[in-house]
Amino acid sequence: MRKISISLAAPVGAFLLTLVVSTIALMAFGSSPTEAYADMLSHASKLETQVDILNRATPFYLSAVAAAIGFRMNLFNIGVEGQYLMGFLFAAQVGGLVSLPQALHILVIMLTAMMVSSLYAGLAGILKTTRGVNEVISTIMLNAIAIGGLIAWLQQKWQGDLGENFSSTSLGTKPIDESGLLPTINGLLELVTREVGQGKELTGMFLVAILVGIAYYVLLNRTRFGFDLRASGINPFAARAGGVPPKRMVLAAMMLSGAVAGLIGMTELADTGKFPPDPIQGLGFQGIAVALLGRNNPGGMAFAALLFAFLDVSSGVLDSTGAASREIAVIMQGIVLLTAVVAYGVANRFRERDEAREAAEVLAAEREVVPA
Amino acid sequence: MISTLTRMPAWARWALYAALGVFLLTLVQTISDTERLTQVATAREMLRFAVPIFLAGLGGLFSERAGVVNIGLEGMLILGMWFGAWGSINYGAWWGLAIGIGGGMIGGLLHAIATVTFQVDHIISGVAINILAPAITRYLSEEIWESPTTSPRTSAVGDWDVPFLAGGTIFGWESPDWLLTISQWEIWYLSDVAQLSRGLLRGTSWVAIIALALVPITAFVIWRTRFGLRLRICGEKPSAGEAQGINIIRYKYIAVIMSGGLAGLGGAFISTELSGLFQGGNSAGRGFIGLAALIFGNWRPGGVLLGALLFGYVFGLDLRDLDGTASHAMLLVNAIAFTAVGIWAFTRKNRTDTILAAVLGFGALFWWIVADTVPSWWSNTLPYVVVLLVLVFFAQRLRMPVSLGQPYRKGET
Repeated sequence: MRKISISLAAPVGAFLLTLVVSTIALMAFGSSPTEAYADMLSHASKLETQVDILNRATPFYLSAVAAAIGFRMNLFNIGVEGQYLMGFLFAAQVGGLVSLPQALHILVIMLTAMMVSSLYAGLAGILKTTRGVNEVISTIMLNAIAIGGLIAWLQQKWQGDLGENFSSTSLGTKPIDESGLLPTINGLLELVTREVGQGKELTGMFLVAILVGIAYYVLLNRTRFGFDLRASGINPFAARAGGVPPKRMVLAAMMLSGAVAGLIGMTELADTGKFPPDPIQGLGFQGIAVALLGRNNPGGMAFAALLFAFLDVSSGVLDSTGAASREIAVIMQGIVLLTAVVAYGVANRFRERDEAREAAEVLAAEREVVPA
Repeated sequence: MISTLTRMPAWARWALYAALGVFLLTLVQTISDTERLTQVATAREMLRFAVPIFLAGLGGLFSERAGVVNIGLEGMLILGMWFGAWGSINYGAWWGLAIGIGGGMIGGLLHAIATVTFQVDHIISGVAINILAPAITRYLSEEIWESPTTSPRTSAVGDWDVPFLAGGTIFGWESPDWLLTISQWEIWYLSDVAQLSRGLLRGTSWVAIIALALVPITAFVIWRTRFGLRLRICGEKPSAGEAQGINIIRYKYIAVIMSGGLAGLGGAFISTELSGLFQGGNSAGRGFIGLAALIFGNWRPGGVLLGALLFGYVFGLDLRDLDGTASHAMLLVNAIAFTAVGIWAFTRKNRTDTILAAVLGFGALFWWIVADTVPSWWSNTLPYVVVLLVLVFFAQRLRMPVSLGQPYRKGET
């Protein structure tokens, strides 16, 4: 009972603290907190907004799983950002060049994205295993190299046909044929709800994200590889003594993390059909936040992704109602992350202390039973 | 030869390195069609780009010497940018710097609370701060300046010309500009040295002067004072320090807050000096680059400056190199550097490193021969590639503080 209350106290406490801080932040600039929160909640109660929230949560979740795979073995893949953009760009280019039957076309595009992202992540893995280069620094550098260098270069090189009447909409890679675009799943959604209006469409990647979440759970908790991965994270020396090859694990975890990262950009690709001149950036870092908030747990991360998406999307209404600045949402994201991280730390300490006390009690009891 | 080098006083060794570096640039410039490698403006831009990187790196040095990994430098730099701009607009330039330092220190305090008091993983706390800081500045900008990303113009603290060497004025009397005279002689190498030095000494921002002064000051504090010794104990073996009665937690707090303050000063420099306003995204990852400079510099103040100047040089050169000829000439510099690394590895009988360096060196040379210019994306990328390569070749030789990143609890060994 105490165990459960401790692990629940952390996220609840973090959430309450976030509410307090954001309320103060709102009041400090003369906005009405109750009005702002009410506007956000009523906006989010509309089905169309909820579709937007799910669409936004999907890449967050994928990005979080990518980061979490590394985190579970104490491997900090800060490079999800660069990896997913690389995968996105290559997948868009390959998808635009080939024309295949639908299922195959989509498969080729997704596999390309996963492979490219995985290889780019593997680079950091190789640097770590062969040269002892810390993955935090190498992935930060690889992010910069990918975004400022490789992608900027390839974007120019792979610019699609601009056509006679040039306009900014023709910027980006060659558009992918209809057959390569993942269908939206409004039909599925409308089975349980009413018809979705305003032309909002639920991305097919939503289903992929759910599958990835399940696969992540099974892989970590039900397979030898997942056990090795977690063992390496908890105690690399013990894992090594137990026959887990540490270098191979680092490389495998890094590449797997990258492969999942490759899926992040597919949500946008299914929507735009090409690599746009200004793709959505920052999903890699948001994903790290979501993974930390959800404690690398498949369910927890889903909840965290929905929370972040809810804050992002529902705050949009504040622009029109004028109750507050919509930037309050990013503040809440940041604060909930920092407070949650601290709260988990505190909860961990309580748990450790409890465990130590229990162990001491058991030992003391044994000593009484067996007289020396 | 190496032993002679290590026996030289530090300033002489650094001067020798600088002279050699400029010699290399001059040599390359002679056989390529650019003059930008040793121009006055190149040196000036190098310094302007290097200052925030250096300050962030120096901040990282204090924190990491005390055992706390600080990847939140980027966030602290962003806080410094915003508060620096706000202070500069409302209270004037110098107050802007002070308030910017204060903003960075708030970030440092948060990091210290999370990592030192609550033993949150240092990387995780740093990531959280990097996400929180831009969020705070966006909100504050929107509320105060009615735009989430841009502030009104800020004012800078001004600059200074060194008298005699770069024609500064003393009490209204204009002193001669000796370096300009030497540059105009157009003597091979000598005039190049004069030009680059003049770029550093003329129109130098007061912040840059403070930053440069911090190199010997930090070295003294870290290596020669009781405070520095205790700080280093926190990062090397905190339990030993604790046994001596040192309040480890207090020193870690001081170090991490100082770290935030330095990054904040770097941020304030960006918004008041480099861009003249606060603009979201203008930090451009300089906090991360500062961290790279710290590692490049092997956790030493002089090394951090060298790393920052190296990055500053490449960025500064790129800024003015619209046709890509100077960046093209840099390929030859790279090739020569790889050759040097290859020879070094060869004398140490390290076969993989020798082959790797040779391949990279020939690659750079080949590119230099077949192309006339290099695209701009390459010069944007070069500094990061340099960091990666330095780590690839020298990661095993770097010596970071032993207890870096490890949680510390009072009374546990």
